[in-house]
Amino acid sequence: MEFVAFSLAAVLAFFLSQQTSTEKERVVLLPDADGKTGAVLVKTAREEKLLNTPYATIAIDQRGAIRSVEPAQAAIQERYSATLQAMPPRPRSFVVHFASGSATEFVADSKPVLDELKAFLAAHPAPEITVIGHTDRVGALEFNDALSRQRAQTVRDLLVEIGIQAVSIDAAGRGEREPLVPTADEVPEEKNRRVEISVR
Amino acid sequence: MRNRLLLGAALGVAVFATASAAWAADEAGVVKVSKGSAFLERAGQKLPATVGAKVFANDRIVTGADGSVGITLRDLTLLSAGPNSMIDINKFSFDSTTHAGAIDAAVKRGTLSVVSGKIAKTSPDNVRFTTPGSTLGVRGTEFIVDAGLGG
Repeated sequence: MEFVAFSLAAVLAFFLSQQTSTEKERVVLLPDADGKTGAVLVKTAREEKLLNTPYATIAIDQRGAIRSVEPAQAAIQERYSATLQAMPPRPRSFVVHFASGSATEFVADSKPVLDELKAFLAAHPAPEITVIGHTDRVGALEFNDALSRQRAQTVRDLLVEIGIQAVSIDAAGRGEREPLVPTADEVPEEKNRRVEISVR
Repeated sequence: MRNRLLLGAALGVAVFATASAAWAADEAGVVKVSKGSAFLERAGQKLPATVGAKVFANDRIVTGADGSVGITLRDLTLLSAGPNSMIDINKFSFDSTTHAGAIDAAVKRGTLSVVSGKIAKTSPDNVRFTTPGSTLGVRGTEFIVDAGLGG
């Protein structure tokens, strides 16, 4: 009798352990910075689930069963605050423009951009910077290759001069090969006389 | 003698250039945020994950109870590991011209927050995040993976 009771208890315990779901993992989908929401497909040994709505949350148990959790923005931000606060700053790009044929003379509207770039870099930890110079189609191809490199160098020198402590600053020229606004040859176009500064 | 010196210098430059190229090839990213106890484990060595430290493929990211670390990968993927985490960067490759590449990262325990980058846009099938119990496929997005204490 005692043996039977013990066996029953053991069977019951086994049965219960099979029923008890212990949450082991969670996946939370976040909206992108631009307000859109992408998608994550989660696969376990047992099933799969597509997350594609803001703050969609799932819990995965020890056997790979997936359970949806009510999405709760505030609770997510609190629970994962240490992780979210350690996110690196978002990469950003800046564009400055040059006077025709010049590698040193910025056009007036570039001044506030340069100020913004400096402020951004001052607050950006361990920046990695790429500086790419471009020209419009006035002048020969070789001349514009050299001019685009000089424009990039001007910006690079400026960043070094103001004491930006970067992990790296790579400067290169693309000549007239990558116009922002396509034009016929020998057409002056300020939008194409530019240096693009990308910071990550 | 002068020629020999020049040859030596040229060889030295060549060797250095080759070494840099090899490093650059598996360089995955740079630490941008570091709080509390945060380390990179590389080839059996434990290095502090200080701001500006480079991260390479095959590195393991480890944080303590007060630790967290933020890393920007070369393809502009942003990662942050929360406290008590262990994350393996199993694979990272990225061609900055074509934007083709691959990422494979395993969250062994703790929490990882991800903002996907250029590889997820051009080659989403080459982006894989895993936990002990699941595999995540990413379609250009932001998410949190919480592997708890792992296991």
